[in-house]
Amino acid sequence: MFSTSFTWNDLLFLLQGAWVTLLLTFWSMLLGTFLGVSCGLLRALLPRATIPLGWFLDIFRSVPLLIQFVLFNSLKSIVGLDWSAFTVGCVVLGVYVAAFCTEIVRSGVLSVPQNLRLASRSLGMTYWQDLRYVVIPLATRVAFPGWLNLSLSAMKDTALVMWIGIIELLRASQAIVTRIQEPLLVLCIAGLIYYLISLVVSRLGAQVEKRWQQND
Amino acid sequence: MIEIEKVHKSFKDLEVIKGVDLTVQKGEVVSIVGGSGSGKSTLLMCINGLENIQSGSIKVDGTEVHAKGTDINQLRQKIGIVFQQWNAFPHLNVLENVMLAPRKVQGKSRAEAEELAVKQLTHVGLADKLKVFPGKLSGGQQQRMAIARALAMTPDYMLFDEATSALDPQLVGEVLDTMRLLAEDGMTMILVTHEIPFARDVSDRVAFFREGLIHEIGPPDQVIDNPQKPETAAFLKSVV
Amino acid sequence: MFDYTFQWRTALRALPDMLEGAVVTFETAALSMIFGVLIALALLAMRETPNLATRALAGTWVSIARNTPALFQIYIVYFGLGAIGLHVSSWAALLAGITFNNAGYLAENFRGGLKAIPDTQVRAARSLGMSSFQAYRLVVVPQLLRIVFYPITNQMVWAVLMTSLGVIVGLNNDLTGVTQDYNVRTFRTFELFALAAVIYYLIAKLIVAIARLLAWRLFRY
Repeated sequence: MFSTSFTWNDLLFLLQGAWVTLLLTFWSMLLGTFLGVSCGLLRALLPRATIPLGWFLDIFRSVPLLIQFVLFNSLKSIVGLDWSAFTVGCVVLGVYVAAFCTEIVRSGVLSVPQNLRLASRSLGMTYWQDLRYVVIPLATRVAFPGWLNLSLSAMKDTALVMWIGIIELLRASQAIVTRIQEPLLVLCIAGLIYYLISLVVSRLGAQVEKRWQQND
Repeated sequence: MIEIEKVHKSFKDLEVIKGVDLTVQKGEVVSIVGGSGSGKSTLLMCINGLENIQSGSIKVDGTEVHAKGTDINQLRQKIGIVFQQWNAFPHLNVLENVMLAPRKVQGKSRAEAEELAVKQLTHVGLADKLKVFPGKLSGGQQQRMAIARALAMTPDYMLFDEATSALDPQLVGEVLDTMRLLAEDGMTMILVTHEIPFARDVSDRVAFFREGLIHEIGPPDQVIDNPQKPETAAFLKSVV
Repeated sequence: MFDYTFQWRTALRALPDMLEGAVVTFETAALSMIFGVLIALALLAMRETPNLATRALAGTWVSIARNTPALFQIYIVYFGLGAIGLHVSSWAALLAGITFNNAGYLAENFRGGLKAIPDTQVRAARSLGMSSFQAYRLVVVPQLLRIVFYPITNQMVWAVLMTSLGVIVGLNNDLTGVTQDYNVRTFRTFELFALAAVIYYLIAKLIVAIARLLAWRLFRY
């Protein structure tokens, strides 16, 4: 018979870890989307003036996230900020997300054909009305799949915060492995949880896209 | 000689060719006209085996196209085809596009293939575009390149599948002129076309296709100028 | 405000060792890409076969690679295989994990690339008498190469960044591993990791620059 030392309590512990993973994803996506939409709009609308911003954000995409966590964590102690590890995790991941989100938003806005913008201006709309009622709604549809993918990769990247001492899903599974010495079983359960979260999020995303397409 | 006998062809449940008979003699130019979806293009694809058939037979110089033992790659070298969407290979320049098959299929040397390709490209009026990539050419130029590419295999038969339908109106003329030259050289050709005046000019026979069958066939002065069947007359009226 | 004195000298003394680590990092990433591309091509072929089992296997691979964290994939190799008696080194686990991940993402990219080449290209090639293999080799693959070139470059940068995860399973001779080693001894965390970040950035930019150069030489159209 198949026997295991994996208990209901362990599963509960894993689910708590998964909850931390979700919270981290939520807050970092919130921060990252806010920053990313702002920077992305700036990059698209004032492309020349914001070239340095582009270079700056590129740094975050070219340095391992793990090192960004370590750097920010030590910077925090140097400056003397009294932030919890969770806050540090959210901020670093948030900025990392923002760097990618900026590009997604930028190409979304740039995908709106110039003709369409001329058309709306010719109807007497102001610059801001054109942006608000024509450009942004269209850009949102283009950018949405990329944004959804970004949120899934943010969810997976939360695994790295274990390095600065947060017990999220993967770290929780490691703790259980250390105790009961059944790595394959425990890791598979953790993997399954990640997989299910991804599956649910992408299904929901597909629903949203479908609804948009129905109106086309 | 191309002999088409009682050919039936279906896509899933949809029968597009319902028993066509047609024999094309060496040196003959046959045009096929008819409404869209009448099965004309599909018939061309069947002749060089790009599409299979459900029953009947197609023989090219006595070789059964769809028989199991036929070396189809060998047979296709005899039958050039030009598509509606010219299908240039975008990663090769004009010269390389034309040289590719003579070198890789017929095993010609680079020098030999180049000489042949330059000759054909000069023939279609592209001698000054040898090193240009297809993306930089107009549709008409790409289509002429596609004709040169097919001719470089020194085929005995040429099939044209609505070769001018996807072109801008002002580019149609240059491609038709190239085709006309070819017809005057005595090439055996089957053209699927919507250019009725052109078909009348170059063809020995014109076939009117309707609902997967040859509805009327004969010399152009009969089928085009004096159609025997009301459907043919109605069709011609609708396209002019 | 803050009473921390930066000691960049300590970090600079570690630089030669770190650069050696950078070489390991680059080599590991390059290896994982070579294997990744080969496996991705195999997965691509497997997904096209009529055999349900091979298709399901390839589909599962791609789906797991894309829907779970890379670190999890490395863990499975390092801890998971250990449990069934296969003990692998930190480096081997890292390499296997990243390769698994690369293959999954690349397979999906290749599939998209293949879809971008119209069937009519194969038709045109076959109409000239080419065999189906020739049509793929001479017409489809050269075009596919261009389409997937940019995603491959991207994935290579990703592979370099992912190698930093090796330190979590105890790797100590790649760039992050070496840096962490010095960190444990000198506690100059910020200086050391800032230097490491610069090196990673430079590697990433170098890869992009080489790729641009290659693309410029390779793709003339």
